[in-house]
Amino acid sequence: MTTGLGDEVEDRIARLEIPWNRYGVDPYGVSRDHLRWMFGLFGAAYRHYFSMKVVDIHHVPKRGRAMLVGNHSGGISVDGGMVIAACFFELDPPRLAQGMADKFIAKIPFAALWADRTGQLPGLPEHAARLLDDERLLMVFPEGARGTAKLFTERNSLVGFGTGFMRLALKTRTPIIPFGFVGGGDAIPTVSNAYTLGKLLGVPYIPVTPYLLPLPLPAMMQIRFGEPRVFAGDGSEDDEVIQSYVDEVKTTIANLIAEGHKPQPLRLNTSGPDGGGAGP
Amino acid sequence: MKVLVVGVNSAIARLVVDELLGGGHEVVGIDLRGWEGAPIEVHAVDIRKRAAEDIFRKLRPDAVVHMGTVTSLTTVGEERYRVSLGGTRAVFDHCCAYGVAHCVFVGRHTYYGASSDSPLFHTEDEPPMALASFPELGDFVAADLYAGNALWRFPDLRTTVLRLCYTLGPSGHGTLGASLRGARIPTVLGFDPLFQFMHEKDGAAAIVRALETRVCGVYNVGTRDPVPLSTLIRETGRQSIPLPEIVFMAARGRFGVPGLPDGAINHMKYPVVVDGSAFARRTDFTLRFSVTDAMADFLAAFPPPAPKRRWGGGAP
Repeated sequence: MTTGLGDEVEDRIARLEIPWNRYGVDPYGVSRDHLRWMFGLFGAAYRHYFSMKVVDIHHVPKRGRAMLVGNHSGGISVDGGMVIAACFFELDPPRLAQGMADKFIAKIPFAALWADRTGQLPGLPEHAARLLDDERLLMVFPEGARGTAKLFTERNSLVGFGTGFMRLALKTRTPIIPFGFVGGGDAIPTVSNAYTLGKLLGVPYIPVTPYLLPLPLPAMMQIRFGEPRVFAGDGSEDDEVIQSYVDEVKTTIANLIAEGHKPQPLRLNTSGPDGGGAGP
Repeated sequence: MKVLVVGVNSAIARLVVDELLGGGHEVVGIDLRGWEGAPIEVHAVDIRKRAAEDIFRKLRPDAVVHMGTVTSLTTVGEERYRVSLGGTRAVFDHCCAYGVAHCVFVGRHTYYGASSDSPLFHTEDEPPMALASFPELGDFVAADLYAGNALWRFPDLRTTVLRLCYTLGPSGHGTLGASLRGARIPTVLGFDPLFQFMHEKDGAAAIVRALETRVCGVYNVGTRDPVPLSTLIRETGRQSIPLPEIVFMAARGRFGVPGLPDGAINHMKYPVVVDGSAFARRTDFTLRFSVTDAMADFLAAFPPPAPKRRWGGGAP
């Protein structure tokens, strides 16, 4: 971590609107100290390792409940980490995007601890509802583990979306901010998933890359945020209605991904509230 | 109000007695262990026996506080079932038979169990989920459910079931206080669960508040400010000794590691945190002490002893 990044992380953590207690921990167990370490690491990756481009992050509200809904790509959730980094480094005031971690993570020593302390709670509907009631920023990947299991050749496709996020958004009157993530599959080019090995290690699978280990390459990545959507209803609608809403979100995300693949005009500096950018 | 406190010789029950006496209530206690020097009349009888029923008959209390359940730490096997469940049944039967207006059953928040897939901030409508992994909680969960169904079985009796989070304070009693007595606390490496606790005086105040407001129903009582186990250990002046789970399991009962049952390990890995907002709303109950006060008061009363062979250890 460079000194400049360290100072920025410190400054932004101080401006996070989280109700810390005197031990630097919030009611969910999110810890200021752990965030400092996480954003030091994520910041180095976001600013210096990956070539990140963030578009239209101004769609993410500065305060209040909101649900970021996007696609997975890449064998491990680099996309989630970079969305969290974007909301922390690009928003003013910074926000902590809180994902719903796969349940197996809660069983793995250290992974469980770090997920909890950085606000990535086990993926339970009760957690999602409570975070939204507390006006937090929720990050949802409706593809789930099937999304991160996509192979390199499938990296820009979308698999089936769960519908729970939509019922929750309706029930809690939460705006959905769709986002398309491009480049995760280039960072971790999965050629195969080792399911048996994963089972032995207590995880769904282990992504296998041409260089064997699922370590991310310094790829170009892009996050494109869409306009907030508030759907009509209270979450008690028929499955067909909910599915049609989910399909709308899925189509929006597919369009954002397609937009991300279009040749981009050369811009000397993409930083700013509308362009939003990081790195070169 | 004439109040009978069952299981009166526990640290928190004694504080309940203090609160009730301070509020001008008449208090009588029952506890098989007796209570030497008690400021009230205490009957050293078994709640399941005839002598206890006689006390109900003669005293005709207006309200009963039932704190006479036991945990797997103090009582083993079938005896625990007999005391917790048989005792609870006797209390409710006597309340019904002798015209008691209000019965407060004091349960524990560990009712909900600790597991990797249980949510933070349990609400009262959630079922007990961890019985399969921690059967030693079974008697206590059964007593809680038995007390809860008094709400419809005995409609003339106002019933309150409180699921109290851990308490901590200068008495050093209770699961948490007992677990923190040693200088070194073994923990499970790679896990640092949130622990929810309140000052023991607040625990007692919540019970009295339930009595005085005559609130009816099942309520969690807990703070909105749980802290990681590592913080709890540090702030009470203890030292955490993280052990890999496999080592922890193998060392139980040896090398000074407490002999916890299998299921108790989950309580060292995963949080049990309840949402106490419904109780606070219904009774206007507010905490008088912070978690910092609770830890400081415990530390003042129990400074860490010089390290010995015997370690403490968290448990439900």
